[in-house]
Amino acid sequence: MQLTLWTYEGPPHIGAMRVATAMSGLHYVLHAPQGDTYADLLFTMIERRDARPPVTYTTFRAQDLGRDTAELFKQAVSAAHARFQPQAMIVGASCTAELIQDDPGGLAKALDLPIPVIPLELPAYQKKENWGASETFYRLVRALAGPPAPRPAREPGQRPLCNILGPTALGFRHRDDLIEIRRLLDTLGIVVNVVAPLGATPADLGRLRDADFNVVLYPETARSAADYLKKNFGQPFTQTIPIGVGGTRRFVEEMAGLAGIDPAPGLDGPGSRLPWYSRSVDSTYLTAKRVFVFGDATHAIGIARVAAKELGFTVVGLGTYGREFAREVRAEAAEHGIEALITDDYLDVEAAIRAAAPELVLGTQMERHVAKRLGIPCAVISAPVHVQDFPARYAPQMGFEGANVLFDTLVHPLMMGLEEHLLGMFREDPEFHDGVGPSHLGGKSFETPADGAFEAAERAPADTPPTPAPVPILLDRAAPWSPEAEKELKKIPFFVRGKARTNTETFARERHLPLITLETLYDAKAHYGR
Amino acid sequence: MNAPVAHKPPCGGIDLRQEQGQRAVFCGLTGIVWLHRKIQDAFFLVVGSRTCAHLIQSAAGVMIFAEPRFATAIIDERDLAGLADANEELDRVVTRLIERRPDIKLLFLVGSCPSEVIKLDLSRAAQRLSGRLTPVRVLNYSGSGIETTFTQGEDACLAALVPDLPREPVAAAPSLLVVGALADVVEDQFLRMFAAMGIADVRFLPARRAGAMPAVGRGTRYLLAQPFLTDTARALDERGAHRLPAPFPFGAEGTTGWLRAAAEAFGVSEAAFERATAAGRARAETALAPHREKLGGKRVFFFPDSQLEVPLARFLVRELDAELVEVGTPYLHRGHLAAEIELLPSGTRVTEGQSLDDQMDRCRAARPDLTICGLGLANPLEAEGLSTKWSIELLFTPVQGYEQAGDLAELFVRPLRRRALLEV
Repeated sequence: MQLTLWTYEGPPHIGAMRVATAMSGLHYVLHAPQGDTYADLLFTMIERRDARPPVTYTTFRAQDLGRDTAELFKQAVSAAHARFQPQAMIVGASCTAELIQDDPGGLAKALDLPIPVIPLELPAYQKKENWGASETFYRLVRALAGPPAPRPAREPGQRPLCNILGPTALGFRHRDDLIEIRRLLDTLGIVVNVVAPLGATPADLGRLRDADFNVVLYPETARSAADYLKKNFGQPFTQTIPIGVGGTRRFVEEMAGLAGIDPAPGLDGPGSRLPWYSRSVDSTYLTAKRVFVFGDATHAIGIARVAAKELGFTVVGLGTYGREFAREVRAEAAEHGIEALITDDYLDVEAAIRAAAPELVLGTQMERHVAKRLGIPCAVISAPVHVQDFPARYAPQMGFEGANVLFDTLVHPLMMGLEEHLLGMFREDPEFHDGVGPSHLGGKSFETPADGAFEAAERAPADTPPTPAPVPILLDRAAPWSPEAEKELKKIPFFVRGKARTNTETFARERHLPLITLETLYDAKAHYGR
Repeated sequence: MNAPVAHKPPCGGIDLRQEQGQRAVFCGLTGIVWLHRKIQDAFFLVVGSRTCAHLIQSAAGVMIFAEPRFATAIIDERDLAGLADANEELDRVVTRLIERRPDIKLLFLVGSCPSEVIKLDLSRAAQRLSGRLTPVRVLNYSGSGIETTFTQGEDACLAALVPDLPREPVAAAPSLLVVGALADVVEDQFLRMFAAMGIADVRFLPARRAGAMPAVGRGTRYLLAQPFLTDTARALDERGAHRLPAPFPFGAEGTTGWLRAAAEAFGVSEAAFERATAAGRARAETALAPHREKLGGKRVFFFPDSQLEVPLARFLVRELDAELVEVGTPYLHRGHLAAEIELLPSGTRVTEGQSLDDQMDRCRAARPDLTICGLGLANPLEAEGLSTKWSIELLFTPVQGYEQAGDLAELFVRPLRRRALLEV
């Protein structure tokens, strides 16, 4: 058993629903009790979809367990087929139905429906949402893509043809990424054959084989399917994720290579405003800002690169809740000289953020709350999603326009450069001191991650009764500060004070110093300033 | 197949039908969302799957709280394969939890579909842990979706509290117990009103803190504040308490009927009752009048959700002059709702149970002016041009009593007002 306050991912059948809901002409019959119908609201409320997901739940009850839940399942499949007339169906069980072992696949097969019925085995007690989406998409492709065949050579003069794989319902900015990537492909003269799962029908999956190669936008959901297509139809697929200017340029080059065309039209256009904005002098204050990045692997890796190489931040934390992609995230973390955090335990992530004392958190909705509590600015860069992550405006994360969006997203939560310089200059001003938080964060003073973080109580929102603090996680206690050293520390501008305090304490701890004196403070400064 | 089966024998003057099929309702775990706000030193630990954890955080939308007083002990394959002793695992999880949260005085182990199916005995676990964790009290109930629907979770939780309530001395004077989670502000209003009638000893279940739960005994007269408390009422009866039959305190008429039941049981004179309630009734009438203009003649369709449907339908039809197309309810307690059923217009179509697709067909065909439904259905129906009201808000908002009658009406009016405002 695992104690869970918040979960980053839902169970695997939610992943299957994300695929089914993205497609049309497909229906999902889920053997599940009534409580599982909450999943509809993820799509109708969070994503504001205008139709129920194409899902029929059997909603069996305790009284049915003594009778025939298998019969109930068969009736549900027949009724769904009759009512919705889908081109294909997927069938499976949620966590509870998995325990009663009714074999949805076998039962559905026995009905001998005139359409493909694809059974899903999604082990609810081992796997999670993204794995479920990937497995479902893979099973669909496997069942509907047709028999293996070598890829016919492209006729001379014919434009290259690709599929775009990965976007699903409830995906983080998938809607807009898709528009942006289609635009990029169009510039290069590459024709899109099928986009899947988003917007595809089961029949469309039968046409996947016509493409020359596959563009994998979200490996979390599409890598298994792309591997299958490569093996059976000889279609290579893209490895680069077009996040950031560098990512997008490499992506263009990779695609041009796969398509056998000139990448220039994709690279020579107006591109992104990010490089100039980042070089503009007002951005100097972004230099070496400490950022903590956490999310699904694709976004975490992509954003960490943008943060370090395109905005000049220092990545002090990088992690993912997606264990399937731990290797890739570890490799990226090594590039930043840090160790990756691979966990789906919200409390571990919170502890890691406190310990890293970042100046900016780039994470999911969960990290937004941690950051809010710690008074650190934050931007959301990955699922799990919230209704706010489906903005009305065009806001891709990918491609050149995505890079523009990222510049704004990553920089706006921070103080403006001039504001920060002024704070440094006037830090003793009674109306302009560190007790007054930045105006755009409400002007309130916050618990800062380094100043007293270990003693700090949880900060509950004002409208809820105060929640007493959980027992704080105690690290090795640093040596106490002498009054003079403490006083000197206060003279350091507050936005670097946290770092100074942490560094000094680490320095003292490593040397087993009994007391942090003025000397220690400046010794540490010299040590870390090298 | 589209027409639900007529109910036999007939139930009052209503046209009661029963329907079976796919349901679109939450399970009883959802009740944790409001119960943990109500009992301020209680923690709710669901013993279930990742789906349970995902359900609560999605349904609640409560990701704003610093650290919520609920969590899930997620059963994994090691527990199922018997590689780990589920009881030892549970003890370990609970110990970690209580260490983190020394402020917790009452811990509920909440059963789920998977824990019920694998027959994990949470009542024994609760007993064992209660002994080990003194002074923390550990109780258990089931919020599983194979046994409970949405608000039945609150019923199961309160029913679990009842055997544990202090015993009222035999010689104690009669006391009034109000049963069902109400907003604090509503409780305080009712307290003042009962005091004005001369009923001084009024208690609430659940209390705001674990240590302040009310005593019960033969002198206890109780009023249900919510229509879904079947098991709680049974448990209270077993403790010797007596239920006061009444309509539910929604709208002015319901509130008056509800207060009157207490007044009669405690020998309050008609004059004293009038004095205590006149101002509230007048204010409710003032607040309702403008809403009546907007809802009068409007045709309303209820999807089954919280079991509040019948009292709310009665309020809409009798105090706001709305018309009822269909009143869906997951379960109709004929006894507790007897007074409500009597107040519904003769021939009102009430459907118990659900067959989702058939019911949506009926709703589409009827084109009601306002549809009250769960969160999963609201936007799809809006997209088809129907005005909807999310039923869950009726549970989270203080709506009982005279002072809230206008607020309750406003919840129904708002979707219509909004639709009228929008030009695009």
